[in-house]
Amino acid sequence: MSDEEETASQLTDKQKMEIAKWFLLNSPAGEIQYVARDIRAVLKNERVYRAAVAEAFPLYNKAHMICLEFPDRSGEVIVSSFSEIDKNEYLDPRTAQVARVDHVKQVCEDARPANDEELPSSYIEEYRCALDAEIIKYVSEAYPKGVCSVYCANGKDVEEPGSDFELVVLISAARHSPQNFCNGSWRSIWHMEFKDELQIVEVRGKLQVGAHYFEEGNVQLDAKHECKDSTIFQSPDDCAVSLTTIIRHHETEYLNSLQVSYSNLPDTTFKDLRRKLPVTRTLFPWHNTLQFSLTRDIQKNLGLESSK
Amino acid sequence: MEAAMGLMRRVPPKHSETALSALLSLLPQHSSDLLSQVDQPLQVLCDVDSGKEFILCEYNRDADSYRSPWSNKYHPPLDDGPYPSAELRKLEIEANDIFAIYCDQYYEGGISSVYIWEDENEGFVACFLIKKDGAKTAHGKRGCLQEGSWDAIHVIEVGPVEDETARYCLTSSVMLSLTTNNDSSGTFNLSGSIRRQMNMELSVAEGHLCNMGKMIEEMESKLRNSLDQVYFGKTKEMVCTLRPPSEIIEMRLPDS
Repeated sequence: MSDEEETASQLTDKQKMEIAKWFLLNSPAGEIQYVARDIRAVLKNERVYRAAVAEAFPLYNKAHMICLEFPDRSGEVIVSSFSEIDKNEYLDPRTAQVARVDHVKQVCEDARPANDEELPSSYIEEYRCALDAEIIKYVSEAYPKGVCSVYCANGKDVEEPGSDFELVVLISAARHSPQNFCNGSWRSIWHMEFKDELQIVEVRGKLQVGAHYFEEGNVQLDAKHECKDSTIFQSPDDCAVSLTTIIRHHETEYLNSLQVSYSNLPDTTFKDLRRKLPVTRTLFPWHNTLQFSLTRDIQKNLGLESSK
Repeated sequence: MEAAMGLMRRVPPKHSETALSALLSLLPQHSSDLLSQVDQPLQVLCDVDSGKEFILCEYNRDADSYRSPWSNKYHPPLDDGPYPSAELRKLEIEANDIFAIYCDQYYEGGISSVYIWEDENEGFVACFLIKKDGAKTAHGKRGCLQEGSWDAIHVIEVGPVEDETARYCLTSSVMLSLTTNNDSSGTFNLSGSIRRQMNMELSVAEGHLCNMGKMIEEMESKLRNSLDQVYFGKTKEMVCTLRPPSEIIEMRLPDS
């Protein structure tokens, strides 16, 4: 008993805070509030809890690209590293507003119009806006509950042709069904590098899909994929259409390959772990294993058995 | 403790070892509860006498040593560790031999161990364990998996024999993880753990081993099917809800 007491007092508050933060950051999509409630009960220390939550929530929110509605319902803002103006302020380029968010409560507290310095130049905005319009069309077709946004990641002050710049498309869809013990999320991050000299746009996509089912168990899907493509540097409208086509193509292909992975499970992939039935296609003869031990001996003698 | 179990249900299964040691350091006063209720991937040691591997668990452990079911010796050696009675040891030997064949048949490789010891109520408890590494570098026959593991723990409490029947109470846990990785579809990882119970009263005409074996076989098949169809199926359903397959989208769009 005394050993256990020593261990408890040997954990510093900082260590406890790091542990709490780890649990919070590893929460599946849509579950951080539940995890926070449980870790608070386990810690029984409000100070450590508040410190952990203050550090973990912003990181989690950005990683999961959570979407918050403006208080006046004029639109939404996606919390991400690309939209971050300050640690509690996030830009929505579509409505040109900056939202102030409470990370721990996961709400948008208020919004203000964005300053000129926070917005891209009108040259960049032409490209951003055209792409945004096409992406909105795509996302509303492909995702029942998806949100999207386009940001300028680099070169937002470029005024005219002659320089490189980079736009980032974020697509995020989440489904939370805690009453059905099931949650999931799809996150896409597409980097579009506009290269002036070569007159091409290089595309890099990162797709991440997760799902969690936990009715009397705990099963999670964690799938990731990266892809590349490119297209010609054209007018804003033409670029928007061809870039969206690229995104649509890759994301559809990825969904198909996920489905293929799932359909391979029962008979192929899972079989490498455990067969449904022995090769004999009958249940194991528990009362009559003599024949098997003989077979094993013969296999061993003939050196047919792989080493165990 | 309830909050701790809640956390374990949400933690990504591949991190369950880290999560458990974190909880043990935060809640040392609950360590025996945590260790008995949270399943962990199985470890193995090699028996020095027979060269065969055996699985480690709380049921063959004394202090920091583990008893091998093949040689009945503790590794590292102990002066006064507990051993099953001669009668139970006989049953244990037979169980290990038969279970190893069962393991071969279903797992095409993999390691198995059975441990049996006395119970307070004149019955006994048996623990059947299986550890399979299905990665293509290990025992994955079809080479599909970059990483794959199946760990099963079956604990059966057998009551005393009365009127030629006995009561069997089985608690089974399966932990599994599988990862495929290729250029066209990236990394695909499914992992998880489930636990179930089954109670039966059976005639001992064919012996305890036969009864226990059949229960375990039935339970494993149920768990495998459940994991495959229900659990993995639900995650697939979720993915298709997030982004329905294009055939459905095409049906919704008018011809352009």
